[in-house]
Amino acid sequence: MTFREKSATASVRISANGNGGSKSSSSVSKKPVWEYTPSPEAKDHIEVKPRYDLFINGKWQKAKKYFATVNPATEEKIAEVASASKDDVNRAVLSAERAYNKVWSKTPPKERAKYIFRIARIMQEKAREFAVIETMDGGKPIKESKSVDVPLALAHFFYYAGWADKLKYAFPNQLFEPVGVVGQIIPWNFPLLMAAWKIAPALACGNTVVIKSAETTPLTLYKLAEVIQEAGLPDGVVNIISGAGDTGAAIVNHPKVKKIAFTGSTEVGKLIMRSIAGTDKKVTLELGGKAANIIFEDAPIDQAIEGIVNGIYFNQGHVCCAGSRLFVQESVKNLVIKKLKHRLKSLRVGNPMDKNTDVGAINSRMQLDKITELVRSGIEEGCSIYQPECKLPESGYFFKPTFFTNVAQSNRIAQEEIFGPVLSVLTFRTPKEAIEKANNTQYGLSAGIWTDKGSKIFKMVSQLKAGVVWSNTYNKFNPASPFGGYKESGFGREGGLQGLKEYLIF
Amino acid sequence: MNINSAINSLESFHLAVDETGAKERAASIAGRSIKKESKVHAIKLAVSMIDLTTLEGKDSEGKVYALCQKAIRPMDGSEEIPHVAAVCVYPNMVKIAKSALAGSGVNVASVATAFPSGQSPMKLKIDEVKRVVQMGADEVDMVISRGEFLEGNYQYTYDEVKAIKEACGEAHLKVILETGELETYDNVRKASIISMLAGADFIKTSTGKVQPAATLPVTLVMLEAIRDFYNETGKIIGMKPAGGIKTTKDAIAYLCLVKETLGEMWLTPDLFRMGASSLLNDLLMQYRKEQTGVYQSADYFTND
Repeated sequence: MTFREKSATASVRISANGNGGSKSSSSVSKKPVWEYTPSPEAKDHIEVKPRYDLFINGKWQKAKKYFATVNPATEEKIAEVASASKDDVNRAVLSAERAYNKVWSKTPPKERAKYIFRIARIMQEKAREFAVIETMDGGKPIKESKSVDVPLALAHFFYYAGWADKLKYAFPNQLFEPVGVVGQIIPWNFPLLMAAWKIAPALACGNTVVIKSAETTPLTLYKLAEVIQEAGLPDGVVNIISGAGDTGAAIVNHPKVKKIAFTGSTEVGKLIMRSIAGTDKKVTLELGGKAANIIFEDAPIDQAIEGIVNGIYFNQGHVCCAGSRLFVQESVKNLVIKKLKHRLKSLRVGNPMDKNTDVGAINSRMQLDKITELVRSGIEEGCSIYQPECKLPESGYFFKPTFFTNVAQSNRIAQEEIFGPVLSVLTFRTPKEAIEKANNTQYGLSAGIWTDKGSKIFKMVSQLKAGVVWSNTYNKFNPASPFGGYKESGFGREGGLQGLKEYLIF
Repeated sequence: MNINSAINSLESFHLAVDETGAKERAASIAGRSIKKESKVHAIKLAVSMIDLTTLEGKDSEGKVYALCQKAIRPMDGSEEIPHVAAVCVYPNMVKIAKSALAGSGVNVASVATAFPSGQSPMKLKIDEVKRVVQMGADEVDMVISRGEFLEGNYQYTYDEVKAIKEACGEAHLKVILETGELETYDNVRKASIISMLAGADFIKTSTGKVQPAATLPVTLVMLEAIRDFYNETGKIIGMKPAGGIKTTKDAIAYLCLVKETLGEMWLTPDLFRMGASSLLNDLLMQYRKEQTGVYQSADYFTND
């Protein structure tokens, strides 16, 4: 791995053996290569049941049908989980309604806080188990589940637990009450974290919950159900179910569900909007994205490269706010591309359970097919593809970290959300052009700006149509910071005070 | 190279460094999990890269002689453990080190140029360097004049390194930036590039007399400067973090940093050194543990 593309003509000028020792400088080429040996995370401490029923009214309840959940890195079945029918959804909603009327709405805010704190603490004790299962079920590197998914999920519970008895200070001089039963539908890219984003504020505000996990990643939610049981949360306050689109539709259409919180694709978001039209249901949607990550010539280039990598290859690019469109100022285009190529050589793609893996498995066969199809379109439309040389595991769903150059706004790969480790590199000449191109998309979830000049950051931020803008960093999350989109990336905010608002009626 | 072209080439290296980003990246590489054979390999590699150092007012011939013995045979009775790269001493100790290390393959490195402050007239520094080379130093560890650098007198820094390099003759030159005094990563990157342009063979973080000494992010910034310098000029420059590297875990983190920033080519004592003293015994202790499965008491490792 050398950075310099031209053949290295210079020889090593320094020898450590000036006085004629046994080694010579030719040892540079002969010496054995130092490789990181596999370092798999231990799995023996975790407990996964062969079959998971629905978690309704504080009890495990059988369903009529079950489906398998598969480890995308090995294609092996991990467990069977219940597929909730319309009747099951009805049972879950009624149990949530009962819990709301009889128990939760009468529970003092301070007591609600105690329950949420308790959930957070029990999760903390089981952090490693959660991380391992998240990685097995979803394919993300264990490094990320351990350092991002689980700690952030915990942080959301802790954060919102703190608000539960302070809502009147959050919204002074306003009268408000909980919504009642909320229906929540979460995606497969950050299952536990998205559950925390949704359950924690809902409970803090005094609502009861019916939440559905994504089809390919149901396991950590059922682990969370075990934690909720252990925490002694009153029966029916949180109901956790699994299933496919029909199950989601049944939640959305249930008349007793007063609020929908959905994170997922724009396509499904539109369906939800159509089906609740004419009802008084509250709704928040956090949908797709095609974020612009903008690198100016005066940026700290090496850190910007890390920001690009983190922006698009984090969680295999299965991130709604992924920095999938890179805008590079033309004066540094060649440098940035050269450095990015070099950086991709040291990205470690493979077994997600290995502690040194940087890029894990694609979440499902379906997603892999979608990524492959879009990458093919990029090649067919004449964009130049770059992938580092790396060996992918023989089984499982894997895709090499990829970027395209010679991309124009009109190419499909620059417009459509790929939701995979695929970056489109575009260029700009002036800040004005950067803004125009960055905003020229149907989405508006997030953006990144890289420059050493503070005034430029503020000028750009005020003009970018994106819910979150990071400067000189990327993909940073904090429970106190609201997250959400413009345009087809959805509406409503999760996190912070703004996130509380969505679960209250004023 | 005249004044203008030196300053011009400085600008072409994109000098901005973001501190938060650099720290994050260094921490991420330091999080690599190195186990089993990989760890054993790393330990041996790390031993071979040590500049075993004693730089104290109380250094004596007896102390330096003993340190040299340890440098040649770090672990008694083990063929597996290589000798260290060099022994690093004050000018007064060069002669004794040279004779103690004769024929061993271990180099003698001498600090010079009014180490550690560098606050002496240029002429004295040049004389000192010539003298230590004459006495047998294979390597010279100089310090830059941080005062001049911080005043913005980059041309001075350039000229200073260039003059010392000339005075070194055949001996190879490590340029200590004293990053703890430069403070910002922008300064570290700038000083790294000036030193390399002026002819440094190695760039080195610290004297060990100022805190903080070597840190992972500072080393990362310097390694990136080396990589960019190589890319621009084709010249291969070495790196030496020094001070504060005490444990095997620290040392392995530095090796990961080199591997992932510069690649395999730099993983050799010719191009990467660690200035340390207590690190060596921790490496040996970990090596013994990998061999036997149990930790041995410190009394079983020689203290020289």
